[in-house]
Amino acid sequence: MTGPTVRVIPCLDVDRGRVVKGVNFVGIRDAGDPVELAARYDEQGADELVFLDITASSDDRATTVEMARAVAEQVFIPFTIGGGIRSVDDARRLLRAGADKVSINSAAVARPELVSEISAEFGAQCCVVAIDPRRSDATPSGFELFVKGGREATGVDAVEFARLVVSLGAGEIMVNSIDRDGTRDGFDIEMTRAISDAVDVPVIASGGVGGVEDFAPGATEAGATGLLAASIFHFGESTVAEVKRALAVAGVRVRPPE
Amino acid sequence: MTAPLLAVLDYGIGNLHSAHQSFNHVGADARLTADPALIADADAVVLPGVGHFGACMRALRASGLDDIAVAAAADDRPFIGICVGMQLLYEDSTEAPGVAGLGILPGTVDRIDTGGDASLVLPQMQWNELDLVGPGVDDPLLDGLEASWMYFVHSYAGPADPDLVTSTCAYGGAVTASVRRGSTWATQFHPEKSARAGLRLLANFVDLARDGVSPGVDDAVAATEASAS
Repeated sequence: MTGPTVRVIPCLDVDRGRVVKGVNFVGIRDAGDPVELAARYDEQGADELVFLDITASSDDRATTVEMARAVAEQVFIPFTIGGGIRSVDDARRLLRAGADKVSINSAAVARPELVSEISAEFGAQCCVVAIDPRRSDATPSGFELFVKGGREATGVDAVEFARLVVSLGAGEIMVNSIDRDGTRDGFDIEMTRAISDAVDVPVIASGGVGGVEDFAPGATEAGATGLLAASIFHFGESTVAEVKRALAVAGVRVRPPE
Repeated sequence: MTAPLLAVLDYGIGNLHSAHQSFNHVGADARLTADPALIADADAVVLPGVGHFGACMRALRASGLDDIAVAAAADDRPFIGICVGMQLLYEDSTEAPGVAGLGILPGTVDRIDTGGDASLVLPQMQWNELDLVGPGVDDPLLDGLEASWMYFVHSYAGPADPDLVTSTCAYGGAVTASVRRGSTWATQFHPEKSARAGLRLLANFVDLARDGVSPGVDDAVAATEASAS
């Protein structure tokens, strides 16, 4: 039997339409240009891209829509935009500009119906819900939902919340472990497994990757079919192609790099 | 070379934009349009679609483009349905019982049977490898694309009709990935999101739009292969 093909997904932070956090490719002309960076990741064999919009002011978010349009005109792999999406109109602007999916986070916690609204309007396939759980004694599963970049507890059980948003129409769940974020200790296997066992939609593991060997357990042990990382790609430590070769060696099915 | 005019049918659903952008990238003059005159003038017609079969079909009927799509698929111009745009070509779908499809292709679109493999969730949201089958081996749309990888997002798929299916992918069992009947083609995957392999397929379609579909093309290919062997 042929198992799932696992997707390798670089994540880029974007502020006012520009990529931030020192991307370090050889020979890059403009390290802040989302189109050029997206094209580089496409060449390396990235299966999808995620742009995380960290623009502080909603007045400046029009630049994110313009960025989506520019990327869609030049880069022909699926991409998701997350951050700052609070309404169906926000989602519509990004999807009409050419984004394939939108990822909602805090807004889904504040108002879960937003998930069903976006899903009903555009289809579950473009509605990703990103959650930021952290270990806690406050909730039954031991994983509590946090917001505001992991700073603010909600008292909501992360596993229950994942079930809820899937029932409302989320097509995919991105699990960003606050416990592992930035640690370089590898994906949070226990937390990601708890979510992937609870829902019947694709799960993306995020947070904690320190090297190419950290990817395979996200699929084989945690049950994720999307594996997301940021810094190891941006700082030129590893290429997507290297990650895919390591995954293939570990027996994980991937689209081979060209 | 002249850029052939492609009419990408705009019937008012979500994200239909990447299809025409990617066709333009490979040398077409693709227009997202609902204008019957422009569609009539086009060298080829594209029916995109994402989301729910019922929602897409209702939107297509409400736009009045359903009859235009049926007529365009019936004439000699190349026609391609993409993703849910492929599913709309069939008679109906178990995703939306009671909603009639365009009926250009025979049969019912049905939910993918993953064969009980718990590791395979729906939708299939991933890249998968094409296996060219039956008429697909000589299909000009799939020229150069044996064993290529394409991006799929779907829970439903067209029937395994051996006369029409040109490629499959493995997801539990063999899932219908593309079909052809005469000058009508369709892909379940998203060529416009499938990197270089997808752009190759779109370029093949633009070639068909530019050169027209010769009714004897299959026979000519078969004759060439017979003489070579």
